[in-house]
Amino acid sequence: MPLNIVVCVKQVPDSWAEKKLNEADKTLDRASADPVLNELDEYGIEEALRLQEAHGGQVTILCMGPEKAGETIRKALSMGADDAIHVVDDALHGSDAVATSAALAAALGTVEFDLVILGSESTDARMSVVPAMLAERLQLPQMTFAKKVDADPDARTLTIQRQTDDGYDVVKSSLPAIVSVVEKINEPRYPSFKGIMAAKKKPVATLSLTELAIEPATVGLAGAWSGVNAFEQRPPRQAGTVITDEGDGGTKIADYLVTQKFL
Amino acid sequence: MSAEIVVLVEHTNGVVKKVSFELLTLAAKHGSPSAVIIGAGADQAVADVVRYGAAKVYVANDAALTTSVVGPKVAILNQLVASASPAAVLIPSTAEGKEIAGRLAVRSGSGVITDAVDIEDGIVAVQSVFGGSTIVRSSVTAGTPIITVRPNSTTPVESAGAGELVAITADLAVSDTAAVITDHVVEAKGGRPELSEAATVVSGGRGVGSPEGFDVIEKLADSLHAAVGASRAATDSGFYPHQYQVGQTGKTVSPQLYIALGISGAIQHRAGMQTSKTIVAVNKDPEAPIFELADFGVVGDLFAVGPQLTQEITTRKG
Repeated sequence: MPLNIVVCVKQVPDSWAEKKLNEADKTLDRASADPVLNELDEYGIEEALRLQEAHGGQVTILCMGPEKAGETIRKALSMGADDAIHVVDDALHGSDAVATSAALAAALGTVEFDLVILGSESTDARMSVVPAMLAERLQLPQMTFAKKVDADPDARTLTIQRQTDDGYDVVKSSLPAIVSVVEKINEPRYPSFKGIMAAKKKPVATLSLTELAIEPATVGLAGAWSGVNAFEQRPPRQAGTVITDEGDGGTKIADYLVTQKFL
Repeated sequence: MSAEIVVLVEHTNGVVKKVSFELLTLAAKHGSPSAVIIGAGADQAVADVVRYGAAKVYVANDAALTTSVVGPKVAILNQLVASASPAAVLIPSTAEGKEIAGRLAVRSGSGVITDAVDIEDGIVAVQSVFGGSTIVRSSVTAGTPIITVRPNSTTPVESAGAGELVAITADLAVSDTAAVITDHVVEAKGGRPELSEAATVVSGGRGVGSPEGFDVIEKLADSLHAAVGASRAATDSGFYPHQYQVGQTGKTVSPQLYIALGISGAIQHRAGMQTSKTIVAVNKDPEAPIFELADFGVVGDLFAVGPQLTQEITTRKG
């Protein structure tokens, strides 16, 4: 039996760049850093492609974001996904995780799938809640923080290793299910030249809030259920003492730890 | 009587994690702290949470509630949001805690804020974002504020609470038990504290050079009863397992003492440790950005400085 998979991806500011908030509406200043595909999503795409290689089926990219996120969708398609859905609507700007999960859940309602795969978090907001919220909204098994994924499409079952602080849990469920994957579950492939060329021709459907039957007032900044009251820059740390090791560097650190009452 | 603030207690078979005491202390500043203890051993945890101020203790002592991924905990907290109308629900900001918070927010029609480092009057959550460079104050504007709070944000204070016991049973939906945990596999190394909870963290980076080199990091960590961390460069190079990564794509830690050995301090790493109270760094490169953060830095070879420091600590601790 083939396995149809939807991979949710997000466009985020480059995680190697300094980030800041907009003074005006207190949302993330996305113009201050290069927009890239959330790197943790690459593991989700790679895992979907591997499952497709093993079982067959379709890999569809789902992305909510502004017009510009089209670049991120092409990157995901260039890795080898078949087609994409772009949820795009000006009213979505500033959506919180609750609204984001509502829009993604509505978009998932328009396709047939056996698995939804996401990265375990986005490197901008870092809340790590959207996969769980999708499981909640769609009433599907929450198979999150997977470091290993085994699907059996014939038996309609899924087994994952869920990463924990001290190891992992073995978790089993039926299909369909919501999966999030952690970094290092695999080694994401680089898009080949052929893949980049092919991606330009792959179908990308767009969905507006109207098409998803979502009331614009329930999403975006105005519809958010939490909001930023104020923000400020933390004063830089006071410069400390830096010495050069002259054979007693370890002893000097121990002396310092004593003055700070750590020893 | 002030409104209840519900605190989800994190425990393993009745052994309560320190972060739960921190959350009870925080809750007491803004209302009447109610502890919620779920799973096997819940009864054994009651005395500890009362010692840290729980006025009410909701107990669901049922091992079956922890054999599914988060669903049953969400169900119980949602029942309490409805029955107790708390002023807020506080949950430890761990991977699982954030998932519980997210689902509870959707189920109860509430806003959610994660990774708070403090809570101010009026249930305003304080967050430290972008690697600690920016302080954000946020409020929940719909439903009951659901807030996850990072470990080590507050010093727990003992203050005996009334400890009124309330037994609760979960009213579960089918989807609450759809992801079944069939086995726990422990891979942790040698009884060290958990990275996100540890009071002291010793981390190694690219400069450690090899998996064997991490022996120096582990020995130093053990002399201080510290957790071991690693930079992304070290985990990407296979020097240390990925789950110990500290940084933007790994864990965020905020210990009392953070010792960085052979870590240059790229923004990827700083994002995960910048809010540590005291930072000590050892690096060969005097230009390494980690020295801009360090309260005490040594320019030198970690393979000389590290073992000497371990020796000094062992000697001085007698």
